[in-house]
Formats: sequence, structure tokens, C-alpha cells
Amino acid sequence: MRLELAKRPQHSKLFSALSPFIAFVLTVIAGAVLFALLGKSPGAALYAYFITPLTDLWSLHELAIKAAPLILIGVGLAVCYLSNNWNIGAEGQFVMGAVVGAMLPILYPGLQQSPLALPVMLLMGALGGAAYAAIPAFLKARFNTNEILTSLMLVYVAQLFLDWLVRGPWRDPAAMNFPQAPRFTGYAVLPELLPASGRANIGILFALVAAVLLWVLLTRTKKGFEIRVIGMSPRAGRFAGFSTRGAIFFSFLLSGALAGLAGISEVSGAIGRLQPSISPGYGFAAIIVAFLGRLNPLGIVAAGVVLALTYLGGEVAQIEVGVSDKVVRAFQGLLLFFVLACDTLIHYRIRFVPSERPAAVLPEAKSDA
Amino acid sequence: MLESILLTIATASTPLLIAAIGELVVERSGVLNLGVEGMMLMGAVIGFGVALTTGNPWLGVLAGIVAGAAFSILFAFLALTLATNQVATGLALTLLGVGASGMIGEAFVGQPGVKLTPIYIPGLTDLPFGRLLFGQDPMFYISLVLVAGVSWFLFRTRAGLTLRSVGDSHTSAHALGIKVIRIRYAAVAFGGACAGLAGAQMSLVYTSQWIENMTAGRGWIALALVVFASWRPTRVLLGAYLFGAITIAQLHVQALSPNDIAVGAGPLWFLSEGGRWLLSVLKSVPAQFLSALPYLATVVVLVLISRNRRLTLINTPACLGRPFVPDR
Repeated sequence: MRLELAKRPQHSKLFSALSPFIAFVLTVIAGAVLFALLGKSPGAALYAYFITPLTDLWSLHELAIKAAPLILIGVGLAVCYLSNNWNIGAEGQFVMGAVVGAMLPILYPGLQQSPLALPVMLLMGALGGAAYAAIPAFLKARFNTNEILTSLMLVYVAQLFLDWLVRGPWRDPAAMNFPQAPRFTGYAVLPELLPASGRANIGILFALVAAVLLWVLLTRTKKGFEIRVIGMSPRAGRFAGFSTRGAIFFSFLLSGALAGLAGISEVSGAIGRLQPSISPGYGFAAIIVAFLGRLNPLGIVAAGVVLALTYLGGEVAQIEVGVSDKVVRAFQGLLLFFVLACDTLIHYRIRFVPSERPAAVLPEAKSDA
Repeated sequence: MLESILLTIATASTPLLIAAIGELVVERSGVLNLGVEGMMLMGAVIGFGVALTTGNPWLGVLAGIVAGAAFSILFAFLALTLATNQVATGLALTLLGVGASGMIGEAFVGQPGVKLTPIYIPGLTDLPFGRLLFGQDPMFYISLVLVAGVSWFLFRTRAGLTLRSVGDSHTSAHALGIKVIRIRYAAVAFGGACAGLAGAQMSLVYTSQWIENMTAGRGWIALALVVFASWRPTRVLLGAYLFGAITIAQLHVQALSPNDIAVGAGPLWFLSEGGRWLLSVLKSVPAQFLSALPYLATVVVLVLISRNRRLTLINTPACLGRPFVPDR
């Protein structure tokens, strides 16, 4: 038996829509096998992962908190990947956005009493993330340097920079040598949506607005068309007079700004201060979100909720079933694998063909070959 | 003093070298596997676990190799058989490797590991600087043999020529009746085995313990080294040692005192004065900045290499990263 791909004359609309769902179902099945191997009841574990977090209002708030950065970063990355620019350093841009945005409340604490504090911080955060993403973009546009490697290397640099800040110059003197910056107060705190029932903040609104705006950009504007043409065929793009360098900067700056906005929203909202680690890998999980959403901003909203559910479900499963929270990352990686595998079905038909050689090979035939 | 520094540089360079030489073969066959970091972590955790439970570090090394190769086949199935996007699939392999190794290794955190002991040849090892040549851990020698072997294989054998032809033009190779996919599977598995071995070196020689995410970006640096070396095995050797030296230098700066410089420089007083001054400057730099050096150096090196567009264009395997679906 051999597996063979046959190109479809046209890409399959059916599988374009179905493939993320097939991938999700396959991941759940693989998860069930994994839990069984770990000696846990698969039913209970999966229930804890995917159902329990949806059953009470409080955890729906938590879901919104976790989905917001994933969606914000994910839609930005979609623009990058559609234009064939492989920004995988969103985690670093997230951190730098948080750092630059936090400059205002930390360096000028008095300004936190001004209602303008939050908009300025959010703007600074977006600019910080965009500026940090501009480095790999510039290096790619100017020197043709591989953006995958440079953007990733800068993640480690950003994390070390944040670590230095909160242990060094920005450490809260009142925190008893604990490595953390002072807590944000007043108008520097991201407002909560419905404080009566949980702590979800307006970050999720940013994410939804960004998703809708980018959907319009990608499907209804010339810029969006340009991005997709350059991504599919840089040569065709050049003939049409589209600037490849322009697309590099546009996609990197846009995704960097969104990751930076996610970063400052996270520290001024869910966390409330700068600390050595401010992200459970949102920048990397957002890569999975982008692909699970098939690089479509509206699909990415749904995908962001699914990935947020795995984070939250991981916590529930650890408490209720005793499954380690380390399983979450393995689960997420598995999901991306299945998504990519299922995407093959869109462009190819998969056929199983019997092996070329007949079962019994005659001795003469064998010596001939 | 100098000898021990050189020894630690060799130990720090070896995993980079092994992982990069494996990836070089993969990329020469036209496949870009960005999963090196994930495969290294799988090799590290499985190697550590097997060595710990059996008490035999060599079984650990073997398990690391097998784990890396097996893990890479997952990538090969998607990227080669299902013709998925190689960049995305490689990323998926790394994300899965980070997650799965963290999950598997949870039981090993904080456990004292089994260390692969350095070789000892009576007489030779005791010579001045004899430990550099005759007293290192076996992985050091394996890494050098790998470089020589890969260099010979790629440029002196017919099979190596075939592999390079697949990387430069898969359509022509296919037309000549070469089994493109099969050769690429073999190359990917070799790269995975090397990455697994490099990971096992880290958890059995370099640190001899398991720490989550212990490779800390070395898989990515190895990928950068392949570009830096413009896909030539001997230049990978140079690059790996350059990065090993940077890694160790930044660690030593944090630990050295001005007296060590004076002793090291001996009668060359101007060196010791210069060294003292340099050290006092470096010591005033926060530790995090020094730790960021290897990553920044990677960026700088990549820029310097890619600036020369023609050179990169000539050396890059022409089909690198392009999926191949045989038409029948």
C-alpha cells in the first residue's frame, strides 16, 4: 500500500471549510489516546478540557482574557503568512509592546491619574511592537536576511531585556526584592467589561475589532489583494507593479503593532504589572491560531477561542483529573500538525494505491532490476 | 585555566555542530526542516530518561538518536508525503517537541543525571593540553567524525551527488529516475538522528540533567549556522566553534576576576592591562545583556552572510523548501 497525491483541478471548497474541523476531531481523538496512555479516563479529561470551562460565567470571562491576545496576534500573523513573510517572533513583539507601553505608568506614575493614560499606553505598546518587528523586516528588505531566524532570535533578546528591567531599573522598591515592576493604577488599568460576573476586560473587543478590520482589508481592499498576490506569486506581483518590500514592511509592522497591543493589554489588564514572564507562549500559540483559522481573520476568531480553551482546559484538567498542565503545549502542537495535514485535502485527492511491485517477484525479474 | 576554557568551548560547540551538520544534509536534499529545536529537545529528554532508568549513558545516546529520527519522520510524512508547507510543518514539529518533551520530562526535573565520561588514554591525556586532544567526552570525537563523514559523502560519493541533485532540481532528478521522495526521507531521518544526538549530548554531557526547554534556542542557532556556512560542512565547524566561544565567553566574563586575567596573560603586561580594562567594562554590563549575545551574534552573522546576494544565491540548494509532488 502506498499513499499518492493527485492534484485537484480546482481547490476543494468543501475541504477548505471542513479541514479545521476534521483536524480538531483528530486532535481530540489523539488526545483521548494520550490520556488513556497516561492512565487517566479519556472521557473525564476531555470533558475537563473542552466542556467544563464553558459551563460557568466566571470561566467564560477567563476564556475571553486568553482568547484576546491569541486573536490579536493571530490576525496579524495571517497577513504576514498570506504575503509569504514568516514572522515567528510575535512573542518578542508582544513583550516589547508591553515594555514600551509600560514606560508611561512606570516612569511617570503621576500621569496614571489622567484619562488619556490608557490610549497613550496602548498607542505606545502598538508602536513598540511595530518597531521591534521592523528590525527583521528591514533586514529582510535591505539585506535579504532570513526573517524566520532573525525574528525568532529577537524573542530571546526581548525576554532577557524584560527580565533585566524588572530585576533592575524598574523593580518595585516596595516589593521586598521580588522581581516585579510597580502595579498599574487608576486610568492605566484596562477597564473590565462586566465587573459583576468576572474579570474579562476590553482587550477582547480590541481583538474582535481588529479581526473585522483585517477581514475587510484582506477581502475588500486593493491592499489586501496586493498582499495575497505577492504571497502566492511574487513574480506576478512584480508584474502588476506591487512592491515586495512594501509588503514586507506592511505585514511585519502591522503584525508587530497588533502583537504589541496584545502585550500592553495583557500587562495593563489581566496581569496588572510587568514581571519576568508575561506570556504563556501566546506568540507561538498564535501561529497555530492563524493556521487553524485558515489565515482568515473571521476563522481566526473561532480558532483563538479554541486555543484559549486548551489553555483554560489544561488548568481545569490539572485540578480535576490530575493531568499535568504540560500536556497543553503538546496538545497545541498536535493540533497544528493535524491542521496542516488536513489542508492537503484542499488541493489534493489522496489515493491509496497498491505497491508497484507484484507480491511475488520472479528471481529473473529481480536480477534484471 | 586556558585548557579548561577551551574544553568548555568544545563541549558548548558540539551540540551546535552535530545538529547543524544534520540539518545541512537535510537542506542539501532540498528540504527545510525548522523542527531542529523540537527534535533536539526530544533527543535530550528521551536520552536522559533512558540513561537514568538503565544507568547506561550509551543506551541514552542511542535512544536520543532513535527519538530524534522517529520524531523527524513525523515531519517527513507531512512535508514529503502530504506536500504540506515546510516552514509551517517545521514550526509545528518544534512546537510539538517543546510540548511533548516538557510533558515526558516532568518526572525527570531535578533528578541527578548520568554523565557520559570523557575518554582517558594513559600517557597521552596527561600531556600538557593533552586533554584537548585525547581527554574529551566521546561526543566531541563523534561530532568531528560526522563533519568529515558528511563532507566526504556529499562531495566524494555518487550517493552524495544524487542527494545534492535532488536538492538542486527535483524535477530533473525525478526525470532521471531518482526516487526524490525516498532520498529526502532518508536525509530528513539523518537530520533528525543528528538533532537527537545533539540533544542527548546536552542532557548527558553538557549539563547532565533535564531542564524544560534546555536547548534554549540552540536548534535555531544550528539552522542559522547552516546558512552562515553556505551549506558547506567544514564552515559549519568554524561557525559552531565561533558560537560556542561566544556562549562560553559571556559565561566566563560573569565569573572572572581581574586577577585571573593577570595570571592568564603572564609576562605580557600590556595584555593584562588591556584585559583588565575590557573586563571592567564587560562586568558593568548586566548579565542579561551578556546572555543575549549569542542571539544577537546570530542576527549579525546572518546579515553579514546574506548581504552578499550572489554568493547566497549560488550556494543555496535551488529547491530548498519547495514541495515536490511526483506527476505520473
